Amino acid sequence: MSYPENTISVNNLKWFRACNTSDAVANGGVCVKYGEEQIALFYFTRRNAWFASQNVCPHKQQMALSRGIIGSEGDEPKIACPFHKRSFSLVDGHCMNDDTCQDIKTYPVRVENDQVYIGFEIIENVSG
Amino acid sequence: MKIVVIGNGMVGFKFCEKLISRSPHGFEITVFGEEFRPAYDRVHLSEYFAGKPMEELILVPEPWYTENHIRLHLGDPVKSIDRLTKTIVSLKGVSMSYDILVLSTGSAAMVPPIHGVDKKGVFIYRSIEDLDLIREYSVKARKAAVLGGGLLGLEAAKAMIDLGIKKTHVIEFASRLMPRQLDEAGAAILKSKLVSLGLSIHTNKHTYKVLGEEIVSGLQFADESELSIDMLVISAGIKARDELATDCGLATGAKGGFVVNDQMQTSDPSIYAIGECASHKDFIYGLVAPGYEMAEVLVTNICKERDAKSISSPKSFTGFDMSTKLKLIGIDVASFGDPFITGEKVRTILFEDKINSIYKRLNISSDGKHLIGGILVGEASQYNLLLQHCKNKMILPPDPENLILSQAGGKKESGSGLDALPEEALICSCEGISKGEIYRAVDEAGCESVDAIKKCTRAGTGCGGCVPMMKDLMVFTMKQKGKYIRNIVCEHFSYSRQELYDLVKIHDLKTFDAVLDQLGKGDGCEICKPVISSVLASLWNEMILSKGGDTAQDSNDRFLANIQKGGTYSVVPRIPGGEITPEKLIVIGQVAQKYKLYTKITGGQRIDLFGAHLSDLPLIWEELIHAGFESGHAYGKALRTVKSCVGSTWCRYGLHDSVSYAIRVEERYRGLRAPHKLKSAVSGCIRECAEARSKDFGIIATEKGWNLFVCGNGGSKPQHAVLLASDIDSETCIRYIDRFLMFYISTADPLTRTAPWLNKMEGGIDYLRNVVVNDSLDMAAQWEKEMQVLVDSYECEWKAAIGNPEIRKRFNHFVNAPAEKDPTVQFEEFRGQKIPADRNRLPVEK
Repeated sequence: MSYPENTISVNNLKWFRACNTSDAVANGGVCVKYGEEQIALFYFTRRNAWFASQNVCPHKQQMALSRGIIGSEGDEPKIACPFHKRSFSLVDGHCMNDDTCQDIKTYPVRVENDQVYIGFEIIENVSG
Repeated sequence: MKIVVIGNGMVGFKFCEKLISRSPHGFEITVFGEEFRPAYDRVHLSEYFAGKPMEELILVPEPWYTENHIRLHLGDPVKSIDRLTKTIVSLKGVSMSYDILVLSTGSAAMVPPIHGVDKKGVFIYRSIEDLDLIREYSVKARKAAVLGGGLLGLEAAKAMIDLGIKKTHVIEFASRLMPRQLDEAGAAILKSKLVSLGLSIHTNKHTYKVLGEEIVSGLQFADESELSIDMLVISAGIKARDELATDCGLATGAKGGFVVNDQMQTSDPSIYAIGECASHKDFIYGLVAPGYEMAEVLVTNICKERDAKSISSPKSFTGFDMSTKLKLIGIDVASFGDPFITGEKVRTILFEDKINSIYKRLNISSDGKHLIGGILVGEASQYNLLLQHCKNKMILPPDPENLILSQAGGKKESGSGLDALPEEALICSCEGISKGEIYRAVDEAGCESVDAIKKCTRAGTGCGGCVPMMKDLMVFTMKQKGKYIRNIVCEHFSYSRQELYDLVKIHDLKTFDAVLDQLGKGDGCEICKPVISSVLASLWNEMILSKGGDTAQDSNDRFLANIQKGGTYSVVPRIPGGEITPEKLIVIGQVAQKYKLYTKITGGQRIDLFGAHLSDLPLIWEELIHAGFESGHAYGKALRTVKSCVGSTWCRYGLHDSVSYAIRVEERYRGLRAPHKLKSAVSGCIRECAEARSKDFGIIATEKGWNLFVCGNGGSKPQHAVLLASDIDSETCIRYIDRFLMFYISTADPLTRTAPWLNKMEGGIDYLRNVVVNDSLDMAAQWEKEMQVLVDSYECEWKAAIGNPEIRKRFNHFVNAPAEKDPTVQFEEFRGQKIPADRNRLPVEK
């Protein structure tokens, strides 16, 4: 596979520049286009913390997590899908209110000079 | 990754189905099946004789396999496995390599070593083909015998009855029927019942020889007695189909079957076995449920292994509860836990009714706390309850015998009307959870929050419409047990909605963040955010997307539209009273054409436009607003529509102008946010064409004025609105509605519509009438004033949204590609319009 533009490589991760911090939504999510993939990016203003996950909800395959409501259960940050309120941990991606629901993928996020980067694992042996 | 599945029975199919649902494009799957049909429901095979068409037994039609990119080779059993090269070869010579090989070859009927079983007229009972042969032969048979008095044998006997065989004998080697499930007494009751249905039951019979020349004519037993028959059906158990093990050297169990570990892995790490062909701890599971569980374990582990990042531990198969409940020839038979256990540590409760052929046995721990197992014959309605006690080690009530005695004469307690619902009333129809199950989740499993009940029962995890009822039921149950309830919103706010409403008002808080800082803790969640947002809107009526309010709204409110399947939105412009000019109708049509929207008339006399891309919403609304439309608030917990009949202007029966009054009411309360949606209607006469009595507030014309009805609901639990005041004039009617709505908004629980709100109100409609009409709380003036403030501060949210560039920016799908729409949104043509394409076929991951 080939990596989309705006990608730099650090610490065995490809860091993709997603947006300006000012483009993100306070206490909510936006959807980031990463090549053919869609990544949900969340900003927890109260904690000044960023999280990223796949945008598709594994419950009914809806492209919707970025439009869900963020929140916490105990200390664990989570995202609730707007369709049927499946909640996923933004730390490890597990579904917090339905044991039969699949996990979601989560990605590391870093902010430098008001730019938000999402980290993807480098896949070895790829061309392009 | 290439997966080859050998065997297309129920378990093999379930494996494929589960794998596809977890990872639609993750694997290259090939299935080989010996039979010529795709997998069918073997459990209900006897229904084939009872007239059920073959097509209904097929689990999924053949195109399903193609649609899911599974290569299916039917009528082509695999003949050999080369484990070194990881290749299989089929009967027809298809050679194929695999990364993972799944054996789900199932089982064959076990044919006991009896002399003469090869005679004509002897059959086994296993596949559809067997059944067809039996059916063909049975035409000339009058007397049949079934060898085997177990579960399958009795199924076969039922099939003989369905085929019209005059006399059917059941031969069992053991001393009783269903020896694996029933004790002597239970089996005796079952036997007497079966005899009364015309079967002959022979137990303690060791069949020695099949008599006859070429064709079966009778049976000879070890005790030298004989039985004259025309056909014999053997259904005496199963043996695993493990022939493939021999050549390639896979380990097999003492009783046959591929030996597997807890991860279903055979002695070869690339080969797995599931279902009746697997030998787990030297046990062959001959039921479908454990086979499905094995499929689940294997699918989970395969997916986990591939997704190397996953940290969760692999699933294990650790044996399976063999509890069963079935209907045998119309007789309920159930057996669960350890049905036979006796001894010092066990107390047994027996119930036997020989007149009605009912037998029940409960094995209870000697301390009386736990249910260890039991048997039910003739009546098994409490099976699920008992099984739950047994499996979950629930503490038994003090008089456990009541669990098997009929539940008549239960104590009555008046309350919210929930007690009037029968135990089996379905509360959550998505997951099929009854009132009794929720009651027990609270009472016995100790669930004291809606989330706990959801986890325990799965109720409320589908559409969520039953959550308020679940909550009521939980509160009701806990109150009954004398527990103190704090009806709090969620973990972030230790207040009820009513308390929050008052506190937000007293502290003059205007944003979710301010409320969280002052009254709550943590980050909030999907429960409290919409509740607080609704309270803020009800109190201050500020534009809901302003001041960072957007992300504290439910998704529909956040984008001022209703999210629909596939992630597009629907748009409902307000059409007050359902009255619309032809010019405006044309505009709706033109907008729908331009943005390619599916159009449908709603139940509330409006027009819904479906399939709008997020980024098109502001453009659509710009055009609608330009033509004089405004938001219909179909996305909000707010006033929706005031339906009307055509009224006295046209109708020869109409007493008053219901359309004009409906428009007045709708324009007064438009945009009013409430704990739940609000619906209303105005009818111009007693004929009630606007269906006002199914609304939260409904107005019906009388000779002298209006009758005002309140607290009606449609929905899953319909309830007629009840009369609040009669023969009032238009002004009084509005004032009463003001008071009624403010009372509701300030006191109702989240997502509680007016009908359940009234049902829970102590004193009911009489109390409500006293408050609204007689002003018993001395609140009327304040409520009317507050309502007037809300009415005066109304603005169309969409008008405000499209005029604000910061808000408009949020209506893009991609933050880093604002001009692009969601490429996964796809439509297909349907009756001349578009509908969302089937999302199951959407690629999920790369």
